[in-house]
Amino acid sequence: MTQYADDITPEIAASHLPEDEYAKTVEILGRPPNIVELGIFSVMWSEHCSYKSSRVHLKNFPVTGDKVIQGPGENAGVIDIGDGQACIFKMESHNHPSYIEPYQGAATGVGGILRDVFTMGARPIALMNALRFGAPEHAKTRQLVSGVVAGIGGYGNCVGVPTVGGETNFHAGYNGNILVNAMAVGIADTDKIFYARGAEPGQPIVYVGSKTGRDGIHGATMASAEFDDESDEKRPTVQVGDPFVEKKLIEACLELMDTDAIAAVQDMGAAGLTSSSVEMAGKGQVGLLMDLDKVPQREESMSAYEMMLSESQERMLFILKPGKEHIAEAIFNKWELDVATIGETTDTGRMVLTHKGDTVCDIPLDPLAEDAPMYERPWARAIPESAVFADELAQPKDYAETILTMMVSPDLSSKAWIWRQYDRHVMADTAASSEDPADAAIVRVHGTNKAIAITTDCTPRYCENHPIEGGKQAVAEAWRNLTAVGADPIAITDCMNFGNPEKENIMGQFAECVEGMSEACRVLNFPVVSGNVSLYNETNGFAIPPTPAVGGVGLIPDMSKRMGYGCVKAGDILMVVGDTAGHLGASIYMKVIENREDGCPPPVDLGVEKRNGDFVREQIRSDAIKACHDLSDGGLAAAASEMAMASGTGLNLVHDGDLPLHGWLFGEDQARYLIAVDEAKAKDIRKAAKSASVPLHVIGIAGGEELTINGTIEVSIADLKAVNESFMPTLMGEAE
Amino acid sequence: MKSAVIVFPGSNCDRDAAMAIEKVTGTAPTMVWHQETALPDGTEFVMLPGGFSYGDYLRCGAMAGVSHIIPAVKAHAEDGKPLLGVCNGFQVLIETGLLPGALMRNASLHFVCEKSPLTIENGNTQFTSRYGSTRDVIIPVAHHDGNYFADDETLDRIESEGQVVFRYARNPNGSARDIAGIINEGGNVMGMMPHPERAIDADHGGTDGLAVFESILGSA
Repeated sequence: MTQYADDITPEIAASHLPEDEYAKTVEILGRPPNIVELGIFSVMWSEHCSYKSSRVHLKNFPVTGDKVIQGPGENAGVIDIGDGQACIFKMESHNHPSYIEPYQGAATGVGGILRDVFTMGARPIALMNALRFGAPEHAKTRQLVSGVVAGIGGYGNCVGVPTVGGETNFHAGYNGNILVNAMAVGIADTDKIFYARGAEPGQPIVYVGSKTGRDGIHGATMASAEFDDESDEKRPTVQVGDPFVEKKLIEACLELMDTDAIAAVQDMGAAGLTSSSVEMAGKGQVGLLMDLDKVPQREESMSAYEMMLSESQERMLFILKPGKEHIAEAIFNKWELDVATIGETTDTGRMVLTHKGDTVCDIPLDPLAEDAPMYERPWARAIPESAVFADELAQPKDYAETILTMMVSPDLSSKAWIWRQYDRHVMADTAASSEDPADAAIVRVHGTNKAIAITTDCTPRYCENHPIEGGKQAVAEAWRNLTAVGADPIAITDCMNFGNPEKENIMGQFAECVEGMSEACRVLNFPVVSGNVSLYNETNGFAIPPTPAVGGVGLIPDMSKRMGYGCVKAGDILMVVGDTAGHLGASIYMKVIENREDGCPPPVDLGVEKRNGDFVREQIRSDAIKACHDLSDGGLAAAASEMAMASGTGLNLVHDGDLPLHGWLFGEDQARYLIAVDEAKAKDIRKAAKSASVPLHVIGIAGGEELTINGTIEVSIADLKAVNESFMPTLMGEAE
Repeated sequence: MKSAVIVFPGSNCDRDAAMAIEKVTGTAPTMVWHQETALPDGTEFVMLPGGFSYGDYLRCGAMAGVSHIIPAVKAHAEDGKPLLGVCNGFQVLIETGLLPGALMRNASLHFVCEKSPLTIENGNTQFTSRYGSTRDVIIPVAHHDGNYFADDETLDRIESEGQVVFRYARNPNGSARDIAGIINEGGNVMGMMPHPERAIDADHGGTDGLAVFESILGSA
């Protein structure tokens, strides 16, 4: 016979936890939980906080390396960038709230990821985002794009951190569940990194930032469930952001971090005060005693349940060294932010909360963390599709028209309408952002001659058709993009966006993507240092395409050696590094021209990827290359079009050999780069490629004002630009 | 040269402003918190930086315009010493009444960030003298409320008096008569939406903004 506390009915219990998990709480407590305790268990054991479906697979990721200072498990990952400095970064999803309330959902996604980074002592230096919207023609798409972009800009611009890059895709698979993945990157001194761990008994717990309100209650739980037609009614569970407070919070926290007052620190993100305090208590190394009457409150008569589950934004929780409270008070008062000592750490190993004189919660911390459910959900391998080569598809009648059609397609079109709304230059260290012809964003480490390169990548249509190759490709493309700007790739963060893990095929997509990503990370020495999982991206039973977004970070040791693809001059020799077999399965060409999305994606040979990439980076460092662009979506035709548009010079390509022309132009074979080389250096680089056993193919010469192929196909740069820039304004109803 | 950058809660280009001033003058400016009531003794140049002072709540620059430090900034201007407001700083100068007109929401209703081609309309000011014969420059803009407005009489007057210093070559925000930056009658207070402090370095945004700071140094 299941027992319930006086303030709980079986229905209330069932709305918080599945029956077996509820039974476990009774077992842990030796009595039925009250409503506050039930709320705490339910958010801590939600998919969002506990990773209960994904943990068993995530442990396969390689998470260590000689540059890794902190891997997954803290607020963000930390890597060593030399000279006593560290780069701290993470990517996180805000999918569910952004669909329900796009402006605030996206804005608070940015705010949350920034806090993860400055919580660790880093000054944020860059923001990125990876966005997936539904089909352009879908009724909600325009409104969602408009709201999400305004929200990202509204928050990032105000807080004063440049939004330097990202990617945006459109696909009907996201009609009911858009993806908003935000990434933040910061810099700290390696001896000034702050962790959630480190508290000892007898230390004050200090709350700072905004007051606690009733917004976002059960946000983490919402992010762990599917949508249905009534999802719009969940708007009250979306939080409201205030970037002005965040800006003050950044400055105040960094000021406090310059003192020696802090024992541990955690931002209040998902599950708010509950998860921040529980995470700092570790696995019960210390206990927590908090008086909820002391929590700064925005509204009257808030219950203990509401305070513990609120996801009000711009709040942080510090555990200070005893007697240092006055230092925090002085700093936070100066910045006109709330500051309150709300409790202390104890040696009981329990979380005890009082409210209005009553003890409203008494939970042992170790089982709350350690006994969180972990599921080995059944999963099924995807059924492999067959490869599609050019000789199976009719050649296009008009190649010039085909290229223009591809360049105006949603995935390849210019996203200037979006990034013009983001401040990309504040902090005065941006060397390359979305507007610049470079495969990754480049942000100088302030006051030095080195720079951080950042990219976000994933090709969901590959993951859909072959999750293992798709997972590999997401990692490989990030590595390749960093290489193409001349960076040493160091580590990644990820945002694993999938459907309902209780379905075998979805869990299979997750497991196989992780398998592919893990292999790529291992071979490319590109470990995972932080990440986030977003499941249940389904509406009325339709799941999103599997989307394991990868955020890659690399280091450019010498700014003067950074690379782009915008300075090609007439007479430069064009070459492709890597071989082209003409893989068209799951390609943009198939989708846009043939209206087919089937086929096995191009296979990723990680050994070849590494060999070719290492060669390219070495040639960039030795000044042998003038321009470099990775080949990915749309193949050579897309890369050459982009290079021509960015350089303002024509490119004249020549194809000979047996491969059908459409395979050569549009195939998406991996591990390839389009490079431009000064004529005088062409011989040397070919020699170097030969001795490194890297395939290097001369494919043409720059000049004129058109992209030409074999002298017969001509597309003018002006026409390319006109179509490429027309998609977004047309979609948004702002075409001139 | 002794200079000061005023820091309001929500300022976010204060560090960039300080970097630019230090790069050109060789001396780091004093960062003056908005709750101060006096500038450091001997301050020769004051800059109001970009950002979102007070979150741009109420109206851009409105609350900063009545902040504790503002009387001292006004006194500095009344003494004829150079005062530069960039972006949010320009909005503050308008709110204090030191410069005429208003800055409305961009005509597109969108925030706009781009490298903006500008024409120097008056190269004979304390802020532009070092541009020499150069008239075309590129300086980044990044704002939501840079749509300059004034009545025709005022526009005619500031144009005829040489108070329009920068004009957009490609108007990004709907500004009246493409106005990007103006100066007061006394020639010592300039406000501009483009960010010259983001154009002092070839690795970032180009170097077309350097001459603004060089001109100030030369005239002080």
